[in-house]
Amino acid sequence: MSSVAAQDHRSAATAPEEAPASPSRRGMSRKHREWLAAGLFLAPDVLGLLVFVAVPMVLSVGLSFFQVSGFGSYEWIGLGNYERMMDDPLFWDSMRITGLYVVILVPVLFCVSLALGLLVKQKLPGMGVYRTVLFMPYVISLVVVGVLWKFLLDEQTGAVNRAMRAAGLDGESWLGSPSLALACVIAVMVWVMMGYYMIIFLAGLQEIPKEYYEAAKLDGSGPWTTFRTITWPLLRPTSFFVLLMSTVAAITGGLDLIFVLTDGGPANGTSLAIFYIYQQAFGFGEYGYASAMGSFLVLIMVAVSAVIFKLTRGGRFDDGE
Amino acid sequence: MASDTMATRASTPAGRRRPLSPRAGLTVLAVVVSAISVLPVLWMLSSSFKTRSTVTDGNLIPREFTVDNFVYVFTEVPFARYLWNSFFISAMITAAALFFHSMAAYALARLRFPGREKLFGAIFATLLVTAPVVLIPLFLVARELGLLDSYAGLIIPAIFNAFGIFLLRQFYLGLPRELEEAAIVDGCGHWRVYWNIVLPMSRPILSALAIFFFLANWNAFVWPLVATNDQDLTVVQLGIASFTTQYASNWNYILAAATVAALPMLLLFFVFQRQIVESVKTSGLK
Repeated sequence: MSSVAAQDHRSAATAPEEAPASPSRRGMSRKHREWLAAGLFLAPDVLGLLVFVAVPMVLSVGLSFFQVSGFGSYEWIGLGNYERMMDDPLFWDSMRITGLYVVILVPVLFCVSLALGLLVKQKLPGMGVYRTVLFMPYVISLVVVGVLWKFLLDEQTGAVNRAMRAAGLDGESWLGSPSLALACVIAVMVWVMMGYYMIIFLAGLQEIPKEYYEAAKLDGSGPWTTFRTITWPLLRPTSFFVLLMSTVAAITGGLDLIFVLTDGGPANGTSLAIFYIYQQAFGFGEYGYASAMGSFLVLIMVAVSAVIFKLTRGGRFDDGE
Repeated sequence: MASDTMATRASTPAGRRRPLSPRAGLTVLAVVVSAISVLPVLWMLSSSFKTRSTVTDGNLIPREFTVDNFVYVFTEVPFARYLWNSFFISAMITAAALFFHSMAAYALARLRFPGREKLFGAIFATLLVTAPVVLIPLFLVARELGLLDSYAGLIIPAIFNAFGIFLLRQFYLGLPRELEEAAIVDGCGHWRVYWNIVLPMSRPILSALAIFFFLANWNAFVWPLVATNDQDLTVVQLGIASFTTQYASNWNYILAAATVAALPMLLLFFVFQRQIVESVKTSGLK
């Protein structure tokens, strides 16, 4: 932050930067010229991050102590929003759904991506094509993904139910029951994200020195032993990264998909906390109340991240290894 | 590109006939998971060429092939405008982000000034602040700054993102210093060193990041939804979402619109997949 301040009163001195500096000036102020340059180089990003990330973050907490009416007045109500939150069954429902969503999505996504990473690391003919195809859903927007799966999961005409009926099964009302709809949101999320985390796992796997595998082969280790004694411990930093990223993304993301695929329904069955907060803010203009819930959600997110950090020891390798 | 993937898919099942070795088993597995990945997308592409009455017939290959859906999408809805908005906004964000982030990253990696590590730590910490969490205050800030319902409001807040700074800094830390030092000894200012030496050397990572930023912003939905009301500013993702509610069961139109929105990114991906995959890989390693 100090560099932003430094930039202000020195900006007049930019000119010498362009002109070929005389030896004396260069010798005198080289250190300060470097400071000035750093300040100028950093100014746009630091300013932008302040105004559009840091300040909003602080504001978010500040706002939670106010009653904000649609377009205009702010009234200090202390912990009023938090008290309201404690007594809001819809909020706690949305937290319960978020909990369920995260607890299922994160491990499933982790295992599927790791399995895919191990699979596409194999040298098989056409592996480049499989990698490409598996990553592809990630480049499609969640809006389009939502539209596409709404089409495929349609109870009457969707391809999924048609395939099930063709196989002699009864179709399901995929998006018609709260628990099935949540399962669908999770499955679609796995479908979108698995290729992305697959590539991250693949990068981690490719970092593991081949010598270890060769040694394991000489020892006559089977694939499972090799995975347990070599791959898994050496993949720790990558596993930590994936776990942390996917958890944070699961707690606060997915808004676009919910919007298009289920709109929080049926019966609020897919109303994740972030969706409920959005509705309160932009549907009902309850900016203060929504900020209180948002701050609470951030608190939960930080706590969960800390637990993950602790449990995986920050993704460091085991001391004994 | 669709035909490419179809061709490879068609050729692989031949592997199944071999006696089931572990390799064959893995190949079958790879084909099956790839099919799960690709089939829904193919379904969307092919259905967008179907007529209203056949769009839900459950066939992957259209029996009646038509491009009317695309004509409809472009004539009945200002879809070209939506596409242009998305393109313009994404391109502006990408250009500004690359410029600002590479400057900041260069300073963080190379220039010596007091508080450098602390500043880097602070920038890094903003990574934890995910966009949906600050949506409300960001909206209020944008409203105060008069940025709502303007291109500036769609562009400026989306530029600043610590992820790009972080990746570029890692890249600059790995560059050899000799060239820069020689230039400084020759009397080049820091700006000239950055512009003439560092920037040209960062072309590979800049192009990878450019694709990534463009993709992310083309696909952005929540901020444009919150920040704009003006029809003329509608971006393509918003366009799709409202089109979908408006034409509820006209899947042929909806899927054509979705295809139009997704196709540029799919093409970008198939052309630049190596760069995209590389930048994802580097993001995971650090």
